[in-house]
Amino acid sequence: MTDMPIENAGAAPAPRKGSLLEQDARTRKRNRAEARFKAYGILAIAMGLLMLVILLTTIVGRGTGAFQQTFLTVEVELLEEKLDKKGNRDLADIKKVSTFGYAPLMRAALEAKVAEIGFETDLKSKEMAALLSKSAAADLRNFVLENPDMIGETVEFKFLAQSRVDGYLKERVTRASIANDKNISAAQLDLVDALVAEGSLQKQFNLAFITGADASDQRPEAAGMGVSMIGSLFMMLVVLVLALPIGVAASIYLEEFAPKNWITDIIEVNIANLAAVPSIVFGILGLAVFINYMHLPNSAPLVGGLVLTLMTLPTIIISTRASLKAVPPSIRDAALGVGASKMQSVFHHVLPLAAPGILTGTIIGLAQALGETAPLLLIGMVGFIASNAPETIGEGLMSPNSAMPAQIYEWAKRADPAFYERAWGGIIILLVFLITMNAIAVMLRRRFERRW
Amino acid sequence: MSLTKLTTSALAIAALSATTAAARDQVQVAGSSTVLPYASIVAEAFGENFDFPTPVVESGGSSAGLKRFCEGVGENTIDVANASRKIKDSEVAVCAENGVTDIIEVRIGYDGIVFASDINGNTFEFTPVDWYRAVSDKVVVDGALVDNPYTTWDQVNPAFPAQPIQAYVPGTKHGTREVFEDKVILAGCEETGDFEVIKAAMGDDKKAAEKACIALRTDGKSVDIDGDYTETLARIDSNKDGIGVFGLAFYENNTDKLQVATMSGIVPSTESIATGEYPVSRPLYFYVKKAHIGVIPGLKEYAEFFVADEIAGPDGPLAEYGLVSDPELADTQGVVADEAVLGGGS
Repeated sequence: MTDMPIENAGAAPAPRKGSLLEQDARTRKRNRAEARFKAYGILAIAMGLLMLVILLTTIVGRGTGAFQQTFLTVEVELLEEKLDKKGNRDLADIKKVSTFGYAPLMRAALEAKVAEIGFETDLKSKEMAALLSKSAAADLRNFVLENPDMIGETVEFKFLAQSRVDGYLKERVTRASIANDKNISAAQLDLVDALVAEGSLQKQFNLAFITGADASDQRPEAAGMGVSMIGSLFMMLVVLVLALPIGVAASIYLEEFAPKNWITDIIEVNIANLAAVPSIVFGILGLAVFINYMHLPNSAPLVGGLVLTLMTLPTIIISTRASLKAVPPSIRDAALGVGASKMQSVFHHVLPLAAPGILTGTIIGLAQALGETAPLLLIGMVGFIASNAPETIGEGLMSPNSAMPAQIYEWAKRADPAFYERAWGGIIILLVFLITMNAIAVMLRRRFERRW
Repeated sequence: MSLTKLTTSALAIAALSATTAAARDQVQVAGSSTVLPYASIVAEAFGENFDFPTPVVESGGSSAGLKRFCEGVGENTIDVANASRKIKDSEVAVCAENGVTDIIEVRIGYDGIVFASDINGNTFEFTPVDWYRAVSDKVVVDGALVDNPYTTWDQVNPAFPAQPIQAYVPGTKHGTREVFEDKVILAGCEETGDFEVIKAAMGDDKKAAEKACIALRTDGKSVDIDGDYTETLARIDSNKDGIGVFGLAFYENNTDKLQVATMSGIVPSTESIATGEYPVSRPLYFYVKKAHIGVIPGLKEYAEFFVADEIAGPDGPLAEYGLVSDPELADTQGVVADEAVLGGGS
């Protein structure tokens, strides 16, 4: 092979006719092919960018609404005769009044409000109170239970408005679209207009969407991502605590210590295959092993974390091995040369140099696990679950919870269109998390990675 | 190494927490996706008004829920199964095999099944016969059983517009499908007289004839939707000729996109379903494991709260959401209070 070009060089090509500056047919053809290829490349990138722009504008356009919510400010008189009939301020007695017992207070408050702004209407007080979210009575009850001394006083509250009113202010609900809707009437919308003009009904930033718990189908306006975020957090904790040490230990052994034979070859092939296994398979495995066999509780973030650990392990092993491989052998040789043991050479020299690559791989693996929904469906993390915020770490791991992507999936399924908006809003929060994690990974790589 | 220290301590924490959280303190519910919204409304109000944590409600379908319910007794099994149909004898047998012998059956009310299409499309007034002819696999034409030849609605019934047949029906894992088959397709099959022809062809085997009646066409004119009603709605959004099968509550939340068809001349509403005029409705249930009462805190309170007048009554939040409340609610309350189990035992 090596002397071939020399022989060829001896045989001179046929003398070229015409000017050198003038391209012959062949050259033109090759140049055209190159130009075409460049155009295809640019087109492909443009298509990709266009898709990204469409995706992001859709998500932002549909989701930002969820971060704003309509609130109605009213003054509620906390009637003693309704809330504490015996008048002894005994908390046990006050607790006996259920949220249904608070409905008359809300009706009276709304009636007073309508009278105050001087709005003429045929609406009954029940229909007026229907402008408020169903969660308002629960808010009021919690306030009374926390401040029993306030019974008998008149207190100003800022309650959530019901989802149709909110939709009307966000122009999702129009007068035309409510023709057959039994949740709101045109007369109620007239009252809404009057309240908006007066200023007590207004949209504002809704922190509860980010921090709050899930809400039932009747009150989409009160639903939030907070508790499912905690669920995701605990799952990521489990993944980090289990997958990182196991993955790093496995790859150090395979890369630095293991003998090269057919057993390690089989292990390598299997790890590479595991990385390509669909995540739902890990879900079924988790259901069979962790829940049915080991009797861990259903819907627990611990189980979710274990399943996602299985899923993330191959990713971490593969990226760790790649970064260990990237450390030049001369470093190992130098360490061994000055008398370090094999283990010292690995832990004192190779591992620190490979650390940025390992961390990057881990963060990307975590980001992948954070966005995973399919295995969670099988271990019971979808449904009306994310309603109790955990109080301790043990409870956070063991008590039922959902995860961010599972919560988004759950909202997208529900009947009320207001939940759909929240699903898009949830996607924004999830994307913010993913982009932050990936940005950290990129930063780590830029800052600490060494090239040889 | 700090890494190893970190790992061991983390594992220790995990092991410790696993042992501390042994006792479950919230009610766990799973089952029908039709009952899910009602159950979550009740669970939420329950969490607000009692000192117990909010119950956990999962969906997955009636059959899946009852299967998990019958897995056995103990904290790792669910306490309540929601179902959009009555529990089957075979399921009761499986339950008994696994030690779940005392089951309390609670009927919470009724749910209507409606046929709805795009709001700007044609209006329909259906009868079961129309649906049987439109979506059945085989129909009788001129005395002979043939593959369904109809492609547009006006071929099914001359009163209808010439709109292509495109039906979206719930998949077989849904309880809704069973009601659709029983009360619409089979009813239509019998009304047209096709049933007798099929029965004769099957050698007078009634069961086989029923099965043949409810077989739906597989040429793409009728599509099984295995997902939720939101998927059916999305299909109708993209194909304006589509007609879908929905729960009444779902339709009432999406009246800006859907128009509802009448069935046998009756407009579906909570009233017409309560009186029994609207033919396509079914009872909704939940099943409670009696062995868990007293073990899982709040289980009995949850069941009682679910059927209380202020929740499941005609003015309660469930009726507001679309449940047709049970006229015999007082009896049901009695069942829950006495913890009366299925089969009349104890």
